[in-house]
Amino acid sequence: MTTRFPAVRLLGAAAAVAAAAGILYGCASAPSASEDAALTARTIAIMKASFKPKGQAGLDRLDQDETQRLCSQNAEGKLPDSIVKKIEQENLAAVKYPADGKLVGNWKEGEKVAELGQGMQFSDDPKKPNGANCYACHQLSPKQEAYGTIGPSLYEFAKKRGYTEETRRYAWAKVYDAEAFSACTNMPRFGQHHILTEQQIRDVVALLVDPASPVNQ
Amino acid sequence: MADPMKIRANLVGDSTEVKVLMSHEMDTGLVKDKSGKIIPAWWIQTVKVTHNDKVVLTAQWGTAVSKNPFMSFKFKGGAKGDKVTITWVDNHNDSRTDTAVIA
Amino acid sequence: MRSIHRLTLIVGAAAIAVATLAGPVVAQTTLENASAKYRQDLSEGNPADLWVARGQEMWKVPRGPKKVSFESCDLGLGPGVVKGAYAQLPRWFADAGRVMDLETRLVWCMVNQQGYTHAEATKQTFGNGSRHRSDLEALTAYVAKESDGVKMNVSLADPHVREMYDVGKKAFFYHAGTHDFACATCHAEDNVRIRLQYLPNLTKPEGAQKAYTTWPAYRVAQGETRTFQWRLNDCFRQQRFPDLIYGSDLSIALTTYLAASANGAVYVGPGIKL
Repeated sequence: MTTRFPAVRLLGAAAAVAAAAGILYGCASAPSASEDAALTARTIAIMKASFKPKGQAGLDRLDQDETQRLCSQNAEGKLPDSIVKKIEQENLAAVKYPADGKLVGNWKEGEKVAELGQGMQFSDDPKKPNGANCYACHQLSPKQEAYGTIGPSLYEFAKKRGYTEETRRYAWAKVYDAEAFSACTNMPRFGQHHILTEQQIRDVVALLVDPASPVNQ
Repeated sequence: MADPMKIRANLVGDSTEVKVLMSHEMDTGLVKDKSGKIIPAWWIQTVKVTHNDKVVLTAQWGTAVSKNPFMSFKFKGGAKGDKVTITWVDNHNDSRTDTAVIA
Repeated sequence: MRSIHRLTLIVGAAAIAVATLAGPVVAQTTLENASAKYRQDLSEGNPADLWVARGQEMWKVPRGPKKVSFESCDLGLGPGVVKGAYAQLPRWFADAGRVMDLETRLVWCMVNQQGYTHAEATKQTFGNGSRHRSDLEALTAYVAKESDGVKMNVSLADPHVREMYDVGKKAFFYHAGTHDFACATCHAEDNVRIRLQYLPNLTKPEGAQKAYTTWPAYRVAQGETRTFQWRLNDCFRQQRFPDLIYGSDLSIALTTYLAASANGAVYVGPGIKL
């Protein structure tokens, strides 16, 4: 019923320092790169033989893109700075802004998208709209108190950042492809992976940046 | 054929504490199945408890009682080794009777 | 004169579960208290016991085309031995040439000893009401109950088991699908929640111990006793992955990783969860 999803990993200067430390540690006792590659290959072979397609979820769901591969490979320990840069640059380049330049929709519709948990599961009807289930991980409108804490609170999102074009563009890009701003974040890439339609992203952006939205009250 | 109940009856001081789990769907008649059809109401209507053949509890239940109901109660006058017998009857006229010995 | 002192009825289980998800935080404390009280009441009468009783009855009855009971089924401690068996699984079974968890082993015994086809044995892995009951859920609940109070003790000494543990750990961090989710997305941090539900950090012994030792469990909202195979399958559904095959190597690898991570803790299942 509830959809599970995730925390934004904090990255920055600390990650770079830790990455350097990780390399030193790696020389000492971790399995060798070839052992690790063999284990990864074995794991993927086992995974591919362990699922069957159901509903809208085919076996292609197991195929990784470059971001997923890098995030899985570097899941334990800190992400090397070079990987962070690579993931963020590639994803930033993939962000598509709407052709008509209209970034902000209707916050009331956005609120519905933020509440809705269904979408893309093998048990979901693919004819029904997908939700973003923002509340699973984030606080948004203070009226909805059943919110998760895996992601940061987004209450007063634009009130804090300013009702500017920059804020609107950031909100769009973040919802579209969160990996552009924090590599290996737990947040799905709603635009990049076609989870939400362009109009749904507009509406979610409105929920975040409209001065009349309960998020900014 | 209904599954057996799980009954525990223990003498605590001068009263007998009975705890019973029943296996039953307890469909409310308000839920729809995947195809959108109402699942008809199906529920335990009456429960009767006897201690050595004397009735110590009767209950009439509705559809608000949960699936696989759990009931606990106490009565006075039981002794170790006595029998406690519980019978439920549902609206399909299906029933189940089980007996436990007071410990 | 006999009189009735007290009558407690446990009702409206699903209503409480739903309210927990939807209710405002102001009422959260009350709801959490109500849930705790409800859990307490139920622990005295965990409906999982109904599955245990059914599984126990089934265990000794000759079954299948070959009319063989589970008393010839070796769960790792000798034919028919159930006491403590769940707490030492998964393990390597030379007769099957595979590492197996309890559920996979039960299917193996049904096929290789009782004469069922694999399709027959796995026809109803997860039950759906009294009209579509799962024998496997009942058998699993019964065998698990026979480890109640036993310390988790999954041995990684066998290289096959060790490999499954390593694969399970790797798979735990495997991101894929439309949402980029891995098991680790939700289960690698302390004290975070989805909506109002706190999630165990399964990468730490305490988290793995608390989670693993309470499955199988009666799920109040579903009115069903669910097993660890079900738990994994439903996690992957929410991860937007395809359908995890019952008894697949991945299911056994993840079970091995989590069961071994729970080593040292006392098994206390079957549990009860909202």
